Amino acid sequence: MSTGNMNLTLKVWRQKDNKAKGSLVDYKLSEISPDMSFLEMFDVLNEQLITKGDEPVVFDHDCREGICGSCSMFINGRPHGPKDLVTTCQLHMRSFKDGDTIVVEPWRAAAFPVIKDLTVDRTAFDRIIAAGGFISVNTGNAQDANALPIPKIQADAAFEAAACIGCGACVATCKNASAMLFTSAKISQLALLPQGQPERYRRAQSMVAQMDAEGFGNCTNTGACEAECPKGISLENIARMNRDFYAAKFVSEEEV
Amino acid sequence: MIFVFKLSHLLNTFAGIELKYKNLMASFGNAFSSSIGKKLIMGITGLFLILFLIVHCFINSLIFLNDGGLVFNLGANFMATNWLIRGSEVILMLGLIVHAVQGLRLTFQNQAARPVKYAVNNGNANSKWYSRSMGLLGTLLLIFLIVHLSNFWVVSRFTGIPTEDANGRENLYAVMQQAFQNIWLVVLYELAMVSLAYHLLHGFASAFQTLGWNHRKYSPLIKGVGVWYSIIISLLFAAMPVAFYTGLIK
Repeated sequence: MSTGNMNLTLKVWRQKDNKAKGSLVDYKLSEISPDMSFLEMFDVLNEQLITKGDEPVVFDHDCREGICGSCSMFINGRPHGPKDLVTTCQLHMRSFKDGDTIVVEPWRAAAFPVIKDLTVDRTAFDRIIAAGGFISVNTGNAQDANALPIPKIQADAAFEAAACIGCGACVATCKNASAMLFTSAKISQLALLPQGQPERYRRAQSMVAQMDAEGFGNCTNTGACEAECPKGISLENIARMNRDFYAAKFVSEEEV
Repeated sequence: MIFVFKLSHLLNTFAGIELKYKNLMASFGNAFSSSIGKKLIMGITGLFLILFLIVHCFINSLIFLNDGGLVFNLGANFMATNWLIRGSEVILMLGLIVHAVQGLRLTFQNQAARPVKYAVNNGNANSKWYSRSMGLLGTLLLIFLIVHLSNFWVVSRFTGIPTEDANGRENLYAVMQQAFQNIWLVVLYELAMVSLAYHLLHGFASAFQTLGWNHRKYSPLIKGVGVWYSIIISLLFAAMPVAFYTGLIK
């Protein structure tokens, strides 16, 4: 393990299981390299804990390339830490100073119950997508990619919405634990493309209904989600979701 | 016989209107109880109250003519007696009540969506404090409104204004002048107008976003107008008690 010159105090949320009462536990780390990622720093901590015979800190991680949406730490009061447009795995220790105290907590939301330590259950997001975040296509040969002309501005907006990795930072930072940025991104990426049109209004109603059923809060347009989103998902998506929802409920003749 | 048949037919049509209304509401499904529907109610009532504030602020600003309240009383009298205005007043009160009740319900629901709070939460890193404090600012405004309405609205509409001005009109101006000799009432009004400024600063643009009016061409203008609206309205209102208290207007 590469060594560096940073000495840190970590305050990490430890919670045995979903039922247990958790608390912040202090850990001292020394000789941390500024070139380590935040998760690699946690790997060092866990190796120390294992060597001592303690239980390692459980945290979600997978690709460590900033694209899978697994990592989910609330670091010093911000999801994915102090840098904009990065996930925790892409956050490096050079973003902190020697001697810093870093508080690390799990995402906090009624809809995201803690499983253990820093890992929360984000399957609510999966259920929102399953409620309508798809398009129905016939099986058989794939269509020619350019069969349907799509204006560039439309394609770009769809692509930007599709960049959502479903990490849940929006919910974590929202004062209302609202999932509107996530849900609106998943609705928008399809609503903006021709393939998404047949189910567009059914989708908006089903996904919003599922989002509400999961117990997320209501949006109050603070914009915190947009500011903290590691993929820069825009509030324009929420406005689009609102429009689709109104069209579905008040204009469309179809009832869901 | 034909005439009787047609009359009953017509009556049947009227009788069915209630059912048709119920069917329409049912077809909306859970629209208004969903998270977006609740936002919609807040946005529409909010914009309605924003429109009302323009009228209220304009008429009240007539006190700055410093004419002993003659023109202001003319306006206040019109607002108190015109039946169309009085009718709208009922809608205004309903809008206010719906906005306040729904706002308080949403605040509590949203707090329940995060039962365990963060030990450290750096909200200022990603949002404005007043956008996160709409429930608190709204509650302060509600408390203010109870005092405000009992001071002026109840007097003007129900208990009666005691004096008349030089033109023989009910002298609401004098009621204001007398009320704002009390320093604590002036202080309350000034604090309330600070709350109003911040409430509007977030509320104006937020209402448009909720209605789905987020557009690259229009949104920058909406946001700019919102800032100016909030500042101008609040400053004008805030100047009124101070002007009376200091004797700037007589």
